[in-house]
Amino acid sequence: MSKTKNIYLIPYVFWIVLFVVAPILLIVYYSFFDIEGHLTIANYEKFFTPVYLKMTLSSFWYAFLITAFTLLISYPAAYILTKTKHKQLWLLLIILPSWINLLLKAYAFIGIFGTYGTANALLEVLGIGSKQILFTDFSFIFVSVYIFIPFMILPIFNALEELNPSLISASRDLGANSWTTFKRVIFPLTLDGVKSGCQAVFIPALSLFMITRLIAGNRVITLGTAIEQHFLVTMDWGMGSTIAVFLVIIMVLMMLLTGKRKRGV
Amino acid sequence: MRKNGKLSNLYLIIVFIILYAPIFYLTYYSFNSGGTMHDFERFTWEWYKEVFHDTRLFIIVLNTLIVALLAAGISTVLGVIGAIAISNVRRNRTRNTLLSLNNVLIVSPDVIIGASFLIMFTMIGIKLGFISVLISHIAFSVPIVVIMVLPKLQEMSPTLVDAAKDLGASRWDVLSKVVLPFITPGIFAGFFMALTYSLDDFAVTFFVTGNGFSTLSVEIYSMARQGISLTINALSTLIFLFTMVLVVGYYFIAQRNNKAAGMGVRK
Repeated sequence: MSKTKNIYLIPYVFWIVLFVVAPILLIVYYSFFDIEGHLTIANYEKFFTPVYLKMTLSSFWYAFLITAFTLLISYPAAYILTKTKHKQLWLLLIILPSWINLLLKAYAFIGIFGTYGTANALLEVLGIGSKQILFTDFSFIFVSVYIFIPFMILPIFNALEELNPSLISASRDLGANSWTTFKRVIFPLTLDGVKSGCQAVFIPALSLFMITRLIAGNRVITLGTAIEQHFLVTMDWGMGSTIAVFLVIIMVLMMLLTGKRKRGV
Repeated sequence: MRKNGKLSNLYLIIVFIILYAPIFYLTYYSFNSGGTMHDFERFTWEWYKEVFHDTRLFIIVLNTLIVALLAAGISTVLGVIGAIAISNVRRNRTRNTLLSLNNVLIVSPDVIIGASFLIMFTMIGIKLGFISVLISHIAFSVPIVVIMVLPKLQEMSPTLVDAAKDLGASRWDVLSKVVLPFITPGIFAGFFMALTYSLDDFAVTFFVTGNGFSTLSVEIYSMARQGISLTINALSTLIFLFTMVLVVGYYFIAQRNNKAAGMGVRK
């Protein structure tokens, strides 16, 4: 093997340092400055006050709900998909909406959930009467789940595809019914797909800010909304960075938790 | 293989309907002369005419396309270099470190990428606008290209390169005559992914764009915050059609390369 120098590394490492390492360090650096530019740890003290802790908790709660509902809808869908005839085509059709700009889909829901929108018209027909749907927790969670469904289906679909069908046959031969087969064989073996799906949903769900603004009407404040608020509205970059630091920490924890490790049962 | 029952097919159909309903809803009302997203009055092309007559919007569309094409092109070059760099690293630990660093931007929430880039551009003194948006798009597209190209490089047998070297090929010859032709499908896939990421990006752009410069996503956001305007519906229908063309094109390239699982997912 020739020991020529790897000159390709130079531009690539330059990119990594400039756009991966430096931005993270800058976020950490800025989190120690207050709005007037004094060096301080006040931002961290502020983060641990009830206001911010409550916001973090509610942000978590929403992200959790969104992830749970997305999983609940996506798992069966992915499972049924693997059993269809032209599954690659169907999968493409499922993923296609995820290519449409997120804002356009959110905007559509402003119409659907609006006071005179289709959802309310439907409620009228059912005799329930029109309700305030837009700008509620329900609409926020619904739209978020809607947006994340394809990202959850894809990894689960791939995991199900990798599953060796003879294992299911074996389980059947040994007398397990459908439910037992699912619980003991199929689900545990596709857990990796579920994990990466949850990872692909949970972290973005913590940091969504356009949906909260458009659909939840500022009633829901996630970590992402708070960061955007601090950076672009109040211009308190220090506090925004502090929240970002915590978001990064949460992200790393989440990755460690759901990362591809050997399952140590 | 077991066939699906009626109930499960129904479930799948409902999921499909829900996924597509908002898109068709937008399209349907884009033809409404009433100007609202309820009570369809009469069919009209009015909103489409408005889209095509709005020069400001036209400039924004042009901006979006220019940024996307430039970002995709430049990040493809950088990404290919990066992928070759990673595959040339022999030590496992160094390679894994590089790969993890590469993936940081893929898994980070857009808000954090946007905020940190905003800090950096302000510190270096880059004016917010076209340049800052372009640089950020390049930055977050590079790792995607790397991810798409790397598997192709790993498929390539190292003996090919050795053979070329034995036959007297220079470093440049090896790259242009052996390596690049072999990984072309990966490069195309990477380019398309970078293009779609760039066209779609909202959050990062929103942070690093100044007052004078806007892309479609940012424009749609500010329009949508002001309420319903059927111009957005008409615009979204056009974007939907354009995306379809792009995706179908990408799908056929991926199919031709026999890479069924190559469908990436956006953030």
